[in-house]
Amino acid sequence: MELQFISEINGKKNYSNTMNDMISEKIEDAKTEAPIAEKYKLQTKDVNVYYGDFQAIKDVSMNIKPRSITAFIGPSGCGKSTFLRLFNRMNDYIEDFKMEGKIKIDDKNIYKDKIQLEQLRKEVGMVFQKPNPFPKSIFENVAYGLKIQGIKDKKLIADRVEKALVQADLWKEVKDNLNKSALTLSGGQQQRLCIARTLAVEPSIILMDEPTSALDPISTAKIEELIHQLKKDYTIIIVTHNMQQASRISDYTAFFYMGELIEFDKTKKIFTNPEKKRTENYITGRFG
Amino acid sequence: MINIEEQRANLSKTGEEMLNLVHKQVQLAYEAFTSFDTDLAEEVILKENRVNALDVRIEKDTDHFIALYSPVATDLRFALALLKINYNLERIGDQAFDIANHTVDLNQKLVPELVERLQFNLMFETLESMFKDVENAFINENLKVARKVFKKDKIINAINAKAFDIVAEDAVKNPELIRQYLMALVVMKKFEKIGDLLKNISESIIYFIDAEILKHKKKK
Repeated sequence: MELQFISEINGKKNYSNTMNDMISEKIEDAKTEAPIAEKYKLQTKDVNVYYGDFQAIKDVSMNIKPRSITAFIGPSGCGKSTFLRLFNRMNDYIEDFKMEGKIKIDDKNIYKDKIQLEQLRKEVGMVFQKPNPFPKSIFENVAYGLKIQGIKDKKLIADRVEKALVQADLWKEVKDNLNKSALTLSGGQQQRLCIARTLAVEPSIILMDEPTSALDPISTAKIEELIHQLKKDYTIIIVTHNMQQASRISDYTAFFYMGELIEFDKTKKIFTNPEKKRTENYITGRFG
Repeated sequence: MINIEEQRANLSKTGEEMLNLVHKQVQLAYEAFTSFDTDLAEEVILKENRVNALDVRIEKDTDHFIALYSPVATDLRFALALLKINYNLERIGDQAFDIANHTVDLNQKLVPELVERLQFNLMFETLESMFKDVENAFINENLKVARKVFKKDKIINAINAKAFDIVAEDAVKNPELIRQYLMALVVMKKFEKIGDLLKNISESIIYFIDAEILKHKKKK
């Protein structure tokens, strides 16, 4: 272990700075030493994705720590959304979709036949680019997932709806109008409602596919603040085209390009001194 | 060239302009002091305004660059480094300004033996060489050249360290030159400070090229 650590250090260019970083990283790692399932919430190994003849993801392996925010960045068509949708098996419905490799959540392979999709999607919630509330009341929107799960206890449902709306920082704004149509809310409120709907079923992972790209700066700031708060209890993965958003809110950043994972590291490192030239060129706006 | 690159190139050019201006100020101040040329000293004193104006311009332009272009990675390091480089250059300008003022205050030519004994020439040549390294490293983003500055600063420090003993010894023999000796010590300290500031600039250049922070570390 020690020898491996020393050889890792020697392999780095900026010896002294790197050493400090690596020592603190090792101390941090030591605190979360084994078992793997506790150390990593999500693990992917040699993942390849094909749509017919087209290879959308090439040999991607990465480990994501629990209660962290990871941002996926990269130019359009680089495979980041495809990769995100693997975690709740949303790609399964796409014709010609084929996946190779392993994806584990809490050390369980989610692509084994025995896995129940309903259970997986309860565990892995998703928020989309455009807010997509159902044409129902605010209450019904948040309660929807619970009812699908077969929960009938009205008191329990009401409590969970309130809790989810509080967590999504929407409760104060809607508590007196829970029976109003969700479609009367503003875009930013609708997106927070969708986050509340995701939280109501108590997932442990939340996937977000450009959740603020259709929102104004104030609503964006609220969602970002919310994401930051949610980190205490959830593992969050966010796809974003907004570099500043990635740097502001995430702990780790993964840069994808043409289906490959080019670089995956702490966000601080990626945005100050990335290892790969291609990452630097992308985040500084020189290509992509 | 995309816009951020163009903006960075413009900033770099202004940084280069500041570097050249301050370098010239130091050359003139040295010339003025060692040859007792008050016209040159006046020129340095007058041009100090230009140094200050350029300092403010670089600071404003860099602020705008950061605010408007949200630079990251190499661009961010460049902007942060330029702020520090500019700050150190402005301080070098101040040293040159002080030397020019001391020339006027002293109001007499240094005796050539004193200039020689204190190794003013070697100190200035070394500073000249450090300036050239810094200019080359800044313009061509040359790490190797940037690192040369550290060794050269040690030469300056050694010359300055010896100066006190030389003055203490010689002043006893030539008490009529005591004002010259004391002023020479003060000015020598200013040149030594310029060496330190050039070393700081080199550290900033290395930071923006290679992301390595050398502050408070032993330099090789």
